[in-house]
Amino acid sequence: MKRWLAGAMVFVVLTLVGSFADPYLISLMTIVLLFTFLGQSWNLMLGIGGQLSIGHALFVGLGAYSVGVLYVKYGISPWIGLFLGMIIAGSVGAALAWLSFRFEVRGIYFALLTIAAAEFARIMFSGWEFVGAMQGLFFPAPTGEIEFLMLRGGARFYYFVALALAALGIAGTELISRSYLGYVWRAMRDDEPAARALGVRTFRHKILVISVSAAAAAAGGGVLGLVQGSIFPDSIMGMGLSVDVLIGPVVGGLGTTFGPLIGSLTAIPLNHLMSAIGDSLRIPGLNNITYGIVLILVVWFLPVGIWPAIVRLGEAIQAPSKVWLPHLRKAEE
Amino acid sequence: MTALLEVKNLSRSFGGLVAVKDVNFTLEAGRITALIGPNGAGKTTCFNLVAGSLSPTSGQVFFEGRQINNTSPEIVCRMGIARTFQIVRPMRDMSVLENAMVGAFSWTKSVKEAKSKAYESLERVGLAGKANARTDQLTLPDRKMLETAKALSTRPKLLLLDEVMAGLRPTEAAGVVRVLQTLAEGGLTILLVEHVMRIVMEVASNVVVLHHGAKIAEGNPAAVVADPKVLDSYLGAGFHA
Repeated sequence: MKRWLAGAMVFVVLTLVGSFADPYLISLMTIVLLFTFLGQSWNLMLGIGGQLSIGHALFVGLGAYSVGVLYVKYGISPWIGLFLGMIIAGSVGAALAWLSFRFEVRGIYFALLTIAAAEFARIMFSGWEFVGAMQGLFFPAPTGEIEFLMLRGGARFYYFVALALAALGIAGTELISRSYLGYVWRAMRDDEPAARALGVRTFRHKILVISVSAAAAAAGGGVLGLVQGSIFPDSIMGMGLSVDVLIGPVVGGLGTTFGPLIGSLTAIPLNHLMSAIGDSLRIPGLNNITYGIVLILVVWFLPVGIWPAIVRLGEAIQAPSKVWLPHLRKAEE
Repeated sequence: MTALLEVKNLSRSFGGLVAVKDVNFTLEAGRITALIGPNGAGKTTCFNLVAGSLSPTSGQVFFEGRQINNTSPEIVCRMGIARTFQIVRPMRDMSVLENAMVGAFSWTKSVKEAKSKAYESLERVGLAGKANARTDQLTLPDRKMLETAKALSTRPKLLLLDEVMAGLRPTEAAGVVRVLQTLAEGGLTILLVEHVMRIVMEVASNVVVLHHGAKIAEGNPAAVVADPKVLDSYLGAGFHA
């Protein structure tokens, strides 16, 4: 119950931010919230399901292109594009997983396969005239009026769309981890042979978790395309995006419900800040260097992520003996 | 007595090495059977063949009259055979109770039902008081019992235990023996792979002895330990009186 209350409070604060903040903060926070949601989808797959993807841009891109092609070429509502994108990405994810696990390609080799699939798609979309090839797709500039049925509006509108998506992602992850799927997936993540011996049909559960994660990533990708106003294969399906997706959960705390939010809140503004400082000091690339150093420091000193460290600190303040005594006892042994 | 599990002419080779050679035995419902033999006798291979982790090179395994060899471990488990691992494998980040819940999801999707089944399993092995502990806070005997509780949550008819006593002190092992006896009295059939002879003598009503992959003796514990072939296999030829 306490977790839901904390979540609701964060939601209220973010709603206030959306209502009163200036345009720069709004656009920054929109990206933070979108990557919270994308990170959450990736987190579900690795943090709970134990399946590593380094090619999540594939699913993000499929979602963005589904929305983009339908809207830009045919004027069809992005709602339908989002829905179609989720189905396409979910099916592609399931097919990729089926093929891979059918032939016993697993673990890090599966991760390599996700990179290959994403790069394949990027190159294919780069040469595909119908979807704009290298020239990309451009959404018409927003008129500033909010059209809910067409999912079009100004920056503030998209902030609230991103906020709703992030809230849905967090609540969804929480619900899934408390359902039987959460238990079965975590068991499969920790030890696949042991899980199978307990009757977990890991083959189908691996396909399921990848498919759900891919569909969620596509929904995030569809909105990302709308927010950016344009879709290019190199940015929406590139390796860079795959890495951006996983930074939030890795920094914030893998497998946790709030990790991706905390991680995105830390990493993305830091990147923007350093980029601004780099510009004013005329040191190009300062953001990348600082970003890299900070990521290494976080992984080095807080390998489980920022959020679990905060939780442990909170527990230590409330009941010091509970947290520290087992550690001391272990040290004695 | 009816046979719950029947192993017929079971063989398995790895390349040129024959690990299990033409082994036959049956498990009767409600009894504890022990599979023993010196190191490298093929006990664990035999165990894995029954559990579905390995496929036999030849021969069959029947469970309740249905052929189960070449069936994957998760399906074997769903049919009513649960196993533990020699090296204990608790799931990190999950409490003792949550560990014990996973097995229940082989027959229910309700978290509530799984929770009550997990409590029941933990109670049967004497771990109910530690349900909310983290698994890394458990002692080795407790971890071994947690493995058993995880298996019990799947509602098995046959429980396969791989060296549950290995590494335990005699007093700890005595506790495990009591748990196993209670389980068998409750109607569960148990197959043990075991090194510790004293325990086998105490709990098993039937003993199957493997040596170099082949069965060399079978019978009640007292008869088996008096068998010259068994003494030869453990101590080398010529040591028996």
